[in-house]
Amino acid sequence: MQTLFEPADPQVAKELAEKVNRLADRCREKTGELPAFMEVCGSHTMALARTGVKLILKGHVRMISGPGCPVCVTDQKQIDAMIELAESEERIVCTFGDMMRVPGSKRSLLSAKTEGRDVRIVYSPLDAVRIAEENPDKEVVFLGVGFETTVPVLAAALQLANEKQVANFSMWTQAKLVQPVLRTLLSVKKVKINGFLLPGHVSIVLGAKAYQFLVDDYRMPGVISGFEPVEMLSAIYQLLQMTLEGRPAILNNYKSVVRTDGNEAARNMMFRYFEPADAAWRGMGIIPQSGLAIRREYSRFDAKKKFHIHVGQPKKTRCRCGDMICGLAAPDECILFGKACTPLHPVGPCMVSTEGSCAAHYAYLREEG
Amino acid sequence: MCVGVPAKVIKKKDYTALVDVMGTRMEVGILFVPEVQTGEYVIVHAGQGMSIVDRDFARASINEWEKMAHANVI
Ligand code: SF4
Ligand code: SF4
Repeated sequence: MQTLFEPADPQVAKELAEKVNRLADRCREKTGELPAFMEVCGSHTMALARTGVKLILKGHVRMISGPGCPVCVTDQKQIDAMIELAESEERIVCTFGDMMRVPGSKRSLLSAKTEGRDVRIVYSPLDAVRIAEENPDKEVVFLGVGFETTVPVLAAALQLANEKQVANFSMWTQAKLVQPVLRTLLSVKKVKINGFLLPGHVSIVLGAKAYQFLVDDYRMPGVISGFEPVEMLSAIYQLLQMTLEGRPAILNNYKSVVRTDGNEAARNMMFRYFEPADAAWRGMGIIPQSGLAIRREYSRFDAKKKFHIHVGQPKKTRCRCGDMICGLAAPDECILFGKACTPLHPVGPCMVSTEGSCAAHYAYLREEG
Repeated sequence: MCVGVPAKVIKKKDYTALVDVMGTRMEVGILFVPEVQTGEYVIVHAGQGMSIVDRDFARASINEWEKMAHANVI
């Protein structure tokens, strides 16, 4: 996404990058290790690669991709179930474009569509409600994956379907929460990082104060950032300063769109229709209370309750997306990267998603060999 | 996934608004930003305005980044 008001001086990003690298080198002298920060958000992963920031910082700061792309973190079994949903001729399956090419155990939604199933890409889940109204003889299922940014919009669609009594509409959701997965990374997976580059979009809903637990419980600094080079570089600068001074805090470097309290109207809408539930994360297993499920009062709109979809345990592949989203491996450490697994023939979601770390690495950072 | 795009509000209705996204006009929901005014920018995700862009903060941030860029780092 763009900044609305570009800084007048294009030199600023360049100078900032130099400052960042110098600060980083001081950090390294002090600790003996490259400072490492995790970008939680998939859009940051892509932006860091696309704008060249990651390359400029190479050898000075290590940026590690985190669990912030909802497509990448969706459990394989859930993907299989969503594709299975599309197998019935009685149903129209609607979803965001990102889900289409994600490989299930046997095929993707895209291949189901090519074989004649009714799978449609919509821009908003509210469009899926409209499609349901226009097709009263079909069951319309919206596949909703997403974090706190997207869930309020899913809730808005449930509200619309409820108000209009659209009985042939339902949702198969894989809604995830940011806080529990960050806790899991820090306490269970014990990822070694010095701080977090915090997501710009999720924070619109959550607000800056939602991350205070990082400081209180883990002494981890975090900076909320936008997606332009200056925004990311200045956030990394602030992270380095805090690392050097040993004074962690949560800073908001995206004040123009993220408020301290977030968006309360969006959070209220989210919790009116959803409630916390255990959720399965790719490569991480079940994390208690890390997801959101449709509230029981609205279970008539819950595709998981409405349709009885059973899929087997997916076969293990050598895809390392699970390690990727925990920051435990880099894309080129996967033996399939760039060989068996490319954007044209993706093996795992990290290569499919527009925000996946493997896709970003393949497009912008791969060493020609 | 949540590619937030900035959109300028052209005309406000009850629960929606006509916006301009880089020259393209479209309708977006304003359920979560009901207080938005014509002429303001909103960040849109999946068809809903999620946040009103605060221009004063945007300018203040730019000043801050410039200061950082010119800071002395030894
Ligand atoms: S869901 Fe939104 S906040 Fe999360 S990774 Fe995607 S773009 Fe970033
Ligand atoms: S390169 Fe492909 S197979 Fe390897 S982790 Fe990434 S998506 Fe999975």
